[in-house]
Amino acid sequence: MTQGADFPLADAGALARGADDTPRPGRPGGGLKSFRPKGRHLGVVPFFVYVAIFLLWPTIIVIVGAFQNSSTGALTFSNITAVFTGSTYLQAFWGSIRLSGETAIAGGVLGALLAWAVAEGNPDGIFRRQIVAMSGVLAQFGGVMLAFAFLATFGYAGVVTLTLHRVAGVNPITSGSWIYSFTGLAVVYTFFQIPLMVLIFLPAVDGLKVEWREASDNLGGGSWAYWRYVAGPILAPAFVGGLLLLFVSAFSAYATAAALISQGSPIVPLQIRTFLTSEVVLGQANMGKALAFGMVVVVAVVMTLYAWLQRRGAKWQAK
Amino acid sequence: MARRAGHRGRDWPRTLVRWTILVVIGAYLLVPLLSMLEFSTRGVNSSRTAQAWAAISSYPQMLTGIAVSLELAVLTVLGMLCLLVPTMVWVHLRLPGVRRVMEFVCLLPLTIPAIVLVVGLSPVFAWLTYFFGDTPLVLAFVFVVLVLPYAYRSVDAGLRAVDIATLSEAAQGLGASWWGVLFRIVIPSIRGALLSAAVLSIALVMGEYTIASLLNYNTLQVVLYQVGLQDAPVSVAVSLAALMFGFILLFVVSSAGGRRRGAVREETPLAPLEGGLQS
Repeated sequence: MTQGADFPLADAGALARGADDTPRPGRPGGGLKSFRPKGRHLGVVPFFVYVAIFLLWPTIIVIVGAFQNSSTGALTFSNITAVFTGSTYLQAFWGSIRLSGETAIAGGVLGALLAWAVAEGNPDGIFRRQIVAMSGVLAQFGGVMLAFAFLATFGYAGVVTLTLHRVAGVNPITSGSWIYSFTGLAVVYTFFQIPLMVLIFLPAVDGLKVEWREASDNLGGGSWAYWRYVAGPILAPAFVGGLLLLFVSAFSAYATAAALISQGSPIVPLQIRTFLTSEVVLGQANMGKALAFGMVVVVAVVMTLYAWLQRRGAKWQAK
Repeated sequence: MARRAGHRGRDWPRTLVRWTILVVIGAYLLVPLLSMLEFSTRGVNSSRTAQAWAAISSYPQMLTGIAVSLELAVLTVLGMLCLLVPTMVWVHLRLPGVRRVMEFVCLLPLTIPAIVLVVGLSPVFAWLTYFFGDTPLVLAFVFVVLVLPYAYRSVDAGLRAVDIATLSEAAQGLGASWWGVLFRIVIPSIRGALLSAAVLSIALVMGEYTIASLLNYNTLQVVLYQVGLQDAPVSVAVSLAALMFGFILLFVVSSAGGRRRGAVREETPLAPLEGGLQS
């Protein structure tokens, strides 16, 4: 966002306007050379200390705990091996990966189409701004509220369930139970993946230059040729990168699943919940940390892939 | 895109495809939201009633939850502004070598799922409770970390849009101190970016469930879930209201982003890392 430039630079007055008219290349560190020549790094200490306490410390507790015996604290690999040998844990990881993969692809494809449809419209229009705002809410701040939205739609007393009952005589008990299952999770997750893909993919679609389309047209290419040989290859890295981010988003999600599924734990975050809330497994506290560590590993692998893809994409664009 | 307007007349297949996509996917996104409206206003014998909406006030825990979440939102925004903005400006002007590290650290919360973070948070919260007493407001300390990626992207875009280095140099030449530069030059120049950072933080805090629920603090989302178990229409009504509230907040942000002079549209800070992650 560059809206900073749109606001009057009240206190800087004429200086600011002068600077606006003659944009200069960035001059790192040029400004305040003579201020406090020593101890510049002290200025960032509070920030990094804060992050260390509230982000790194908990993460280290999880990672160290994953390799500790729950009662004695001795070094052990038994928590980690239990993840791989316990069929419930492996199934939960497989469930999480399948759910994230499926909804990333479904949400990614639909979201990319929607992003294109939105980008075709007026870039400063109110419609586009509404879509972007709605996407932000649904993709990132929904959580529990999305679960309620789907219960109101497809639950036992949901609008769609009751309409089916009235129109086609479908029994609400049989047609309203799937929302609490794995399929239901997939449908709700896709619901927040679509707007997330819109947010991710919109800048890439905006980056398509109209000159490329014209060049393709002038050379006799039709729509197919344009999408197959011009726009497709340009958008491909952004699309695949988007899919990876959607995967991580679904893999990390907890709130929607927790609100929807109260019995059974088909995905890892819900397995972790049982370790945090149930007293039956009190002696196995570090088992939950091992599962959490497993999640960190999966996310780290996907994000590494994403970073590698970004670098490749950047290299390709620089040529 | 407006620049393709010339195409539109002879390009009816594209218009058809575009509208089909908008209608079909739009229906998928809108039907659950409209269902919330129907569900929360449903009366006996297909009549409409506002009973569920009126009943919100009869659940005192709901009002408390809303109040707690609003207080948390204010504290989180204050914490974020005090912690992040001076540090980012300092790095921008004086320590450009630290910028990459700073960016990496700020985006880190996206790669550590909230459900993982909460597993390791109990010792941290034992200390916080020891120092501040048993209040849900201590959650703000962690929420500041959660909003970092969103806030960082907004503020970073703001700092890049204005030539802060030249402005500071000018101010310094006229005798301004570091704090003078920060408060009288930089902050007024990037206040649009600060607004969007604050709004995104508010939206995130109002929607946070994972950490609050697993640490047993009754924030809006936690109460929403609890009330929903006994009185679904009330929770659906509050959910819809909260989603609308979030929509209005983010609409303000995207409108602020829409009023710009340059032709180049950058990615919205709604999507940190060109993409945000659900908590």
